[in-house]
Amino acid sequence: MSIQIRDISKSFGNFQALKNITIDIQTGELVALLGPSGSGKTSLLRIIAGLEAADQGAILFGEEDMTYISTKERKVGFVFQHYALFRHMTVFDNIAYGLKVRPRKNRPTKQEIEEKVYELLNLVKLEAFAKRYPSQLSGGQRQRVALARALAVEPKVLLLDEPFGALDAKVRKDLRRWLRKLHHDYQITSIFVTHDQEEALDVADRIVVMNEGKIEQIGTPEEVYEHPNSPFVYHFLGDVNLFKGRLHQGKLKDGSFEVDAPEFAGTINKEAVGYVRPHDITIERVSSPDAIMAMVSYIHLVGAVVQLELIRADTGSFLEAEVTKDYFRSLHLKTGEEVYVKPKQLKVFIPEDYSI
Amino acid sequence: MSGHVSLQYSSPPVQKSIKDAEPRWVRYLLITIAVGFLGLFLVLPLAAIFIKAFDKGSAVFFAAISSPDALSAIKLTAIVALITVPLNAVFGVAAAWAVTKFHFKGKSLLITIIDLPFAISPVIAGLVFVLLFSTHGLFGQWLLDHNIKIIFAVPGIVIATLLITLPFVARELIPLMQTQGTSDEEASMTLGASGWKTFFLVTLPNIKWGLLYGIILCSARAIGEFGAVSVVSGHIRGMTNTMPLHIEILYNEYQFSAAFAVASLMSMFAIITLIVKNVIEWKAKKSMIPEEGVS
Repeated sequence: MSIQIRDISKSFGNFQALKNITIDIQTGELVALLGPSGSGKTSLLRIIAGLEAADQGAILFGEEDMTYISTKERKVGFVFQHYALFRHMTVFDNIAYGLKVRPRKNRPTKQEIEEKVYELLNLVKLEAFAKRYPSQLSGGQRQRVALARALAVEPKVLLLDEPFGALDAKVRKDLRRWLRKLHHDYQITSIFVTHDQEEALDVADRIVVMNEGKIEQIGTPEEVYEHPNSPFVYHFLGDVNLFKGRLHQGKLKDGSFEVDAPEFAGTINKEAVGYVRPHDITIERVSSPDAIMAMVSYIHLVGAVVQLELIRADTGSFLEAEVTKDYFRSLHLKTGEEVYVKPKQLKVFIPEDYSI
Repeated sequence: MSGHVSLQYSSPPVQKSIKDAEPRWVRYLLITIAVGFLGLFLVLPLAAIFIKAFDKGSAVFFAAISSPDALSAIKLTAIVALITVPLNAVFGVAAAWAVTKFHFKGKSLLITIIDLPFAISPVIAGLVFVLLFSTHGLFGQWLLDHNIKIIFAVPGIVIATLLITLPFVARELIPLMQTQGTSDEEASMTLGASGWKTFFLVTLPNIKWGLLYGIILCSARAIGEFGAVSVVSGHIRGMTNTMPLHIEILYNEYQFSAAFAVASLMSMFAIITLIVKNVIEWKAKKSMIPEEGVS
């Protein structure tokens, strides 16, 4: 089922948590709400679930206006950050809960409930744990029970609040993969909240980057990572090098470094910042036009990618670069050596327009 | 029987290892002081009650607790407890629910008001009702016209006890429900459960030990309350005497053995209360601790 979020705003006292949020989510999409804490992503998720009421705006599931429909009637699956499993019920009873509390006329028979629960236990690979209590499970297992419980009522929409936030790195990665597979098999429209950019890039079909209650950018993982539309998105998704300089008639100047910025051809002598990802910096032994000199100050060799820390010869500021191991070997680089660096791709923002 | 000891739900005290402890002689000294103090001021008087109660033989004891006045005092005390405790349990759950699950203005004021009966003297609590409901009181004339008796009658005792025992259940539940948060209830709602089903299937099981503990403290106080009840009851023998008032009358009439016999009955109840309280604490702890468990 598609979800339309129309012009949602929400304040808590003097604090405006959400400002005019509009997002269209297609049926079967897996969308990440990504942002730092306090960016309003969890509030938005809770408003979609009906756990919080928006001050303004509307939520539509398909063509149906859900804005004034209670949580109970919305039929969403919600997975809480700390699982919120019912501690006095077994795993079986937790999963069966949503079916057992139905009014008598829609309630499945005991046998149907049991079949459904075991089907879900099988899905989350916890058949052997049906009789256990939540306190007897590990974090990852609890999270899977929470997911099975949410899926038991066959929701058309699945909402997950920091689903892997409280788990350690290894379990997280497994669950991430598992969630993507589950989503692929079931095709439930899903929205999950996260502050972990890697998680969002890894799992989501589309990412909504949020900051201070506003949407910064919506796009596929490639779009938001490769073409951030603001300094905030640049900073939030991955590492970035800054070239702070002056922009004059389509050229950005910073120390001895000069680069073309044709989209700013009309700009006269303004302060501006160029943003370059570490893997978009070329390192060469020989000088070339536009390249600047820098000294290698640190080499981090672990993994397939070599991370280099460089000190620019002209301004003394730090740069980070990433090159493949093969290319690094062909350069025969050592700490303290001088190289020529040049950005392959650079995006210029004028700070007045954006504040971080 | 009164007093209020909060349950340690959230964090069990850190167990210090023996190595970190104080030198041996300090430990023994402290233990001796504590035990000596308790023995002198608690165990000894308590023992004295029972010794005194059986001073003139068990015949006098049983006569004292089965005299019509004593029986009527016991009955009245039971009636008062049976009315006030359920009412305060319902109020406590409702107040704790309101305070912990909703945001509204004046919340901290409400919590303060709930605490008020702890702060004011029971005598004043009793006097307030005398001022309101006695013949010369604010509603006195109206009550007289409608032939309703509150002061110097059972309703007065019930109302005074109700006020005194108001905080017990609510105070017990508020911190517990605050630590538990609202996500269990929210989870229940998203799964399609109604408010009542959520309350009975999720909230109540989560708070049952705290609620029971609050009810026990509340009953202990309702049975033992003296000050407020003394002011409003009028001490009419066989009519408006609760057990504590009956003891006082017996004592003032130099019927020491009889007074202590009834007192021993109340003490017995207090001891049973303590035992039940400890069992509940132990159960509550057992149901809370695994929550931190493996991860």
